[in-house]
Amino acid sequence: MNGRYDVVIVGGGPAGLGAALGALDAGVDKVLILERDNEAGGILRQCIHSGFGLHYFKEELTGPEYAERFVGRVIDRDVDVAPSSYVTGLAADSDGTRLVRVLNENRGLATVECASVILAMGCRERTRGAIRIPGSRPAGVLTAGLAQKFVNMMGYLPGRRVAILGSGDIGLIMARRLILEGCDVVGVFEILPYSNGLTRNVVQCLQDYGIPLHLSTTVTFIHGRDRVERITVAPVDDAMQPVLDKAWDVECDTVLLSIGLIPENELSQSIGINLDLVTGGPVVSSTMETSLPGVFACGNVLHVHDLVDFVTGESLRAGRFAGEWAREIRRPPDTVSLVPGRNVRYCVPHSLSPDREHIIYMRCKERMQPCVLKVGDLLRKKLAFVIPPEMIRLRIKPDLLDEFCGDRLTIDIDPVE
Amino acid sequence: MYDAAIVGGGVVGCAIARELSRYVLDIVLIEKEVEVGFGTSKTNSGIIHAGHHAPPDTLKGSLVVQGNALFDKLHEELGFAFRRIGELVVAQGEEELPVLDALLRRGEEEGVSGLEIWDRERLRREEPNLSSHLAAALYAPSAGVINPYEFAFALIENAVANGVELRVDSPVQGIEVHDGFLTVHTPQGSLDSRFVLNCAGVFADRIAALVGLDDFSIHPRKGEEYLLDKRLQGVVRHLIFPVPSPTTKGILIIPTYDGTLMVGPTAADTDDRYDLTTTYEGSDQVFRFVRRICPSIDERATIAEFAGLRAVSNTDDFVIGPTRVRGFVNVAGIQSPGLTASPAIAHRVLEILAAEGLELAAKESFDPHLPAPPRFAQQSMGRRKEMAAADGGFGKIVCRCELVVESEIQLAIKHGARTLDGIKFRTRAGMGRCQGGFCAPRIMEMLSERLGIPLHAVTKRGGNSWIVLPMTRGAAARDDDTEHRPCSGG
Repeated sequence: MNGRYDVVIVGGGPAGLGAALGALDAGVDKVLILERDNEAGGILRQCIHSGFGLHYFKEELTGPEYAERFVGRVIDRDVDVAPSSYVTGLAADSDGTRLVRVLNENRGLATVECASVILAMGCRERTRGAIRIPGSRPAGVLTAGLAQKFVNMMGYLPGRRVAILGSGDIGLIMARRLILEGCDVVGVFEILPYSNGLTRNVVQCLQDYGIPLHLSTTVTFIHGRDRVERITVAPVDDAMQPVLDKAWDVECDTVLLSIGLIPENELSQSIGINLDLVTGGPVVSSTMETSLPGVFACGNVLHVHDLVDFVTGESLRAGRFAGEWAREIRRPPDTVSLVPGRNVRYCVPHSLSPDREHIIYMRCKERMQPCVLKVGDLLRKKLAFVIPPEMIRLRIKPDLLDEFCGDRLTIDIDPVE
Repeated sequence: MYDAAIVGGGVVGCAIARELSRYVLDIVLIEKEVEVGFGTSKTNSGIIHAGHHAPPDTLKGSLVVQGNALFDKLHEELGFAFRRIGELVVAQGEEELPVLDALLRRGEEEGVSGLEIWDRERLRREEPNLSSHLAAALYAPSAGVINPYEFAFALIENAVANGVELRVDSPVQGIEVHDGFLTVHTPQGSLDSRFVLNCAGVFADRIAALVGLDDFSIHPRKGEEYLLDKRLQGVVRHLIFPVPSPTTKGILIIPTYDGTLMVGPTAADTDDRYDLTTTYEGSDQVFRFVRRICPSIDERATIAEFAGLRAVSNTDDFVIGPTRVRGFVNVAGIQSPGLTASPAIAHRVLEILAAEGLELAAKESFDPHLPAPPRFAQQSMGRRKEMAAADGGFGKIVCRCELVVESEIQLAIKHGARTLDGIKFRTRAGMGRCQGGFCAPRIMEMLSERLGIPLHAVTKRGGNSWIVLPMTRGAAARDDDTEHRPCSGG
C-alpha cells in the first residue's frame, strides 16, 4: 500500500484475484488488492470440497487449491495485496484520480490514489430475518456459510441434528459435509418445486447420502427457548403459502439456512452507483464499467454466479478494461441496450458495443425444455433445457451487430415451436 | 447483611441500583439471566414517552412525565444513546380528531410540554411519506428514543462502579422471612438483606409468592416487533402512533436511535412467561397496519424480528410499595410506559425505603458519570482517523455491516459482556444486515480468549444457548459432549 496505483481492487476473493491478473494483462503494473479478511482467497478458503476449476483449468480442484493458484500468480506478478483492509469510501479528485479510503490496523485510516477501481466485494447470505420464519429465536439458527466456516476453518460443529432450509449450493454441500462429520442431517426443505442448487450437488450431496429433499415445503415455526429443539414444516400451495393443517414437526438442534445470496453493494450504493433491482448488483456496460466512470465491477458483487470458473472469466475481462482505463485507453460508449424479455430474469452486461466479442450471462425465470434463446432477430440458439439455478452463458461474436441499426435488443427464451 | 437486595436486573432494577449507589449502603442486584437487561427490557420498543398517553389518575400517568424529564441528565451522565425526536399521534379520519383533542387536553393537564395539533398540510410537510389519507396529528416534541438494553447496561455499570454488587445467573429459588431481615436463596448461594426489592418483571408475582404474598398477579402481554433495513432511514422522522385503543398504544413506526426503522408491537395476552415467539398473524397484522399509515414501508426490508413480554398486572397499573411482609417491597407490573418512568420509579422507591426506615447517607465518593462507549461508526472521518492512529484495534473492522471495530468489542467484554447477545446489544456487532454471519466467529474467539473459556462454551445468551460443539467424530464422543457448561462470567 504505497504510492499511487493504476488499479485498486476492492476484495481479494476469486473475482478480485482474477481482476488483478486481467489488469496486468492490459499492460499496467501497479495493482493493489484490498482484502478485509486476514488473507486473500475469499470464500473459497472455506470451500474444501472439490469441483472447482472444471471449466477454467479443465481439472477438479478444491476451493483452497483454486484460490491458491490465483494467489500464487498474483504474488508472482508483483500485485500488492493488503489484508485486514476495509474500504470505507470512494471519491474522485477533480482530475479524475480515484481516492479509496481504507481502514487498516497498522495504517489507520488511509487514502489510496489510483486511476481505476474494480469492485469485487462478493456477496453475503440471506438470513432468517429476510424470510421471516415465525417462532422463537434460539441459538442454532445460522446460515450454511457460517456453519461451513465453523466446520472447515475452525474445527467446530454447528450442532448434532441438522435441518436445512433452502437448497442453495452451500446448503447442499454442507448437508454432505455434516454427514461426513458424524451429524444427522434430517432433511432439506425447499419452498420451490425444484432445487435451487446445481443438479450435480443434489445428486452428489443429497442422493448419494440418502438425505431427503422435500420440495414445495417450508419451515413454518422454530421451537426452543435457548437452543433449537424442533421445527414445524409444511407443504406450500401454488401461491407458496404454507398449508398448515398438513404440517409436521421435525426434531433437530440446528437449522441451517441456504436461502439465497445477496451481492454486497453497500459501498457501491454509498458512492451513488446505479444498481439493477433484479441482480442487486451494479448496472454495467460491456466493459464491466458501472455508472461511475473508471469504476468497474465483477464476480458475485455484480450478480450471483453458480461457478467460480465463470467468475474468473468475467473478472479477467473486467480487469483488462480497468487496466486499459488506467492507461487512458477509452472504449467508445455502448450503442445497444440489452433488455431481458420472455422467461429471462436478468442479463449482464446491460449494454453492448459492435465489433467486439461479448459474453452475456443470464438466468431464466422458469424451467423450459427444449427451448430457443433469441437475441432480437439476430441470433437463435437451441438449448436442451434451462432452469433458474443454472446460469446461461452466451458468447456473442464481433460481427453480430454489423447489420443492426436499432438501439435495443431483447433477449427471449421461448419453447421450441 | 445487605441493606437492600434487588431481585431483577431490568431497567427498573438497574435504575434503583444506581439511585441507591448514591448512599452509604450495601446493595446487591440479583439477576437470573447471564447479563442484565436480557428480559423484558431487551425487547422494549425504546421509546421515551412524552406522557400524555397514560391517564393522570394512575401511577403510570403520574410517574411517566417525571421520568421523561429525568432523561436529559441521565443521558449526559451515562452516555447512552438518546435523542428527543418527537412523536406524532396520527388521526386516520375526521372522526378521530376529538381523540387528538382529548389527548392534547390530558397532556397539558399533566404538564407535557410543547403539544401541538398539526393539520393535514403541516403533517404532509413534516412527514411527506405518510399516507395522504391522514387527517391530522398531535405533535409531542419531548418524546424520544433510546436503546433500552444500553440504558440498563449503563445504569448497572455506573451502579457497580459506585459499589453495588451484581450477581448474574442467579435465579431466586426461595426467600425466608426473619425478624428484621430476609434471606434470599439462589443456586449460586444465599444472602441476607434488610430489604428485598421485587423488580422481577413478568415473574414478579412468583417472587412475591415466595414470601406468601398473592395480592397481585402478572399477565404477560406479548408484543412482536419487526426491524427494517437502514435503507429506509429517513422515511419517517418522528415516532408515529395511531390513535390508541383501551388496551394498547397500537402499532407504531419507530425511527430507532441507530437509523433503522422498527415497526410493532402487537399486543396478545399469553400464559407462557417464556413465549417470545413471532407469528404469521403478528407480522401480517403489523405490516397491514403500517402500510396503511406509511405505504412505502415494505416488509421485504425486514432484517430481524423479535417478541417481548409486557409485565401487565391485574390492576393494569404499576404495583409499587411496601407489603405486609416487612422489608419486602414490590416494584411490579411495570408495563408501558415503564421504561420512561423507570428513573422516577427509582426515586419513588427510595422515598418508600426511607419511610420504611432505611437511612440514606450520601456517599461522598459517588461519581454519576460513565464514559460513553466509543461508537466508531458514529464518529466523523477525522475522529475515526485519530482513533485508528492511536489504537490499532480501532483499525480492525469486526462487524462490517455496522462498522464495529475490535477495540469496541474488547471494551464491551471489559464492561461486562459475556455472550454474543451481550456484545451485540452493547456494540451493534451482529445487528445489521448479515445478522452476525460474518462477525460471529471472530467475536466468539474474542470472548473465548478474554474470558478464558473454550470456544464451545461461548453462548448466544447464557443457559443452554450454545453455538458450536467441539469437532469429535462418532457416537462415543457425542455422549461425552452432552454436558454443556454455559459461560457465566470471567
